[in-house]
Amino acid sequence: MHSAMSRSVAPWEIERKLLVKAEDKTDTRYGHKPEERLGKEYIRYGVINLDKPAGPTSHEVAAWIKRILNLQCVGHGGTLEA
Amino acid sequence: MTGVLPVTLEESRKIVQALLYSGKEYVCVMKLHGNATENRVNEVLEEFEDTIYQRPPLRASVKRQLRTRKIYYIDFLEMDGRNVLFKVGCEGGTYIRKLCYDIGEVLGCGAHMQELRRTRAGPLVENGDIVTLHDVAYWFTEWQQQKNDAILRKFIQPMERALALVSKIYIRDSAVDAICHGANLTAPGILSLETGINSGSMVAILSLKGEAVALAKAVASTEEILNMEHGVVAKTERVLMPRGTYPKCWKSGGT
Repeated sequence: MHSAMSRSVAPWEIERKLLVKAEDKTDTRYGHKPEERLGKEYIRYGVINLDKPAGPTSHEVAAWIKRILNLQCVGHGGTLEA
Repeated sequence: MTGVLPVTLEESRKIVQALLYSGKEYVCVMKLHGNATENRVNEVLEEFEDTIYQRPPLRASVKRQLRTRKIYYIDFLEMDGRNVLFKVGCEGGTYIRKLCYDIGEVLGCGAHMQELRRTRAGPLVENGDIVTLHDVAYWFTEWQQQKNDAILRKFIQPMERALALVSKIYIRDSAVDAICHGANLTAPGILSLETGINSGSMVAILSLKGEAVALAKAVASTEEILNMEHGVVAKTERVLMPRGTYPKCWKSGGT
């Protein structure tokens, strides 16, 4: 059963290339580059890469951040296994 | 501290599904219940570098049926007596506590998970822009006082960062608003796309400014899409951009 084959590719090890199908320009009057969103809008469309403290659950930590930032809704991307 | 936990703020909650699919990496201390040689431990760890079967533990929040999870890699780091330190890259939803238990069974001496730190959740890594709760509270207060948005960028990333591992399709300004209203993406709206897309793959639809417009499910491969002149290319599943951000360039069916 022992398989010494090459390791499978993790999602972060996949290399992708961008292929162009057509050319066009974008109008600066509409939208923003993601990093140029302003203030509250930048927050509402944002993600925090948090170093989770041991002890509280992910849910509790998300609730703290909700209170600190005074937001309506804050979620988290999957629990660290209990 | 137990490592990378992606926290989604209001609108960015919609990209959680993309994060769940993009894999995790952990550093783990496993405690052996008996003696084993470093060689033997290495051998057994390598055996688990494969698709494994796991039944979720009793206290899990999902249905307890046997399921498969991919272990992309397990790298032995060091061993001190009965403590084994290793790094594991795996599919989301892999139970590392179970993995340690199973490794112990194969070794014969038994083992349990002693300590765990997540070093990656999809594109988010610990040695990048990781912040503590304290940082969040501190920088937020600073921002409220100084009103300088550069401070926000110290602890919050645009949600597009969390989509870095999803295949991307860039579209014309004129195609954006229809997608925001839930329309499927059709071939004429596409400007560029990444390799590796297959029918059924999750894709991120982006504007030319790099803003996430929607998450969608591709119905054709990269190669097929490149040669398509009309027809649906991806079915819109989750709209991320508010309607009206870009002008409406499509004709309504008329009422």
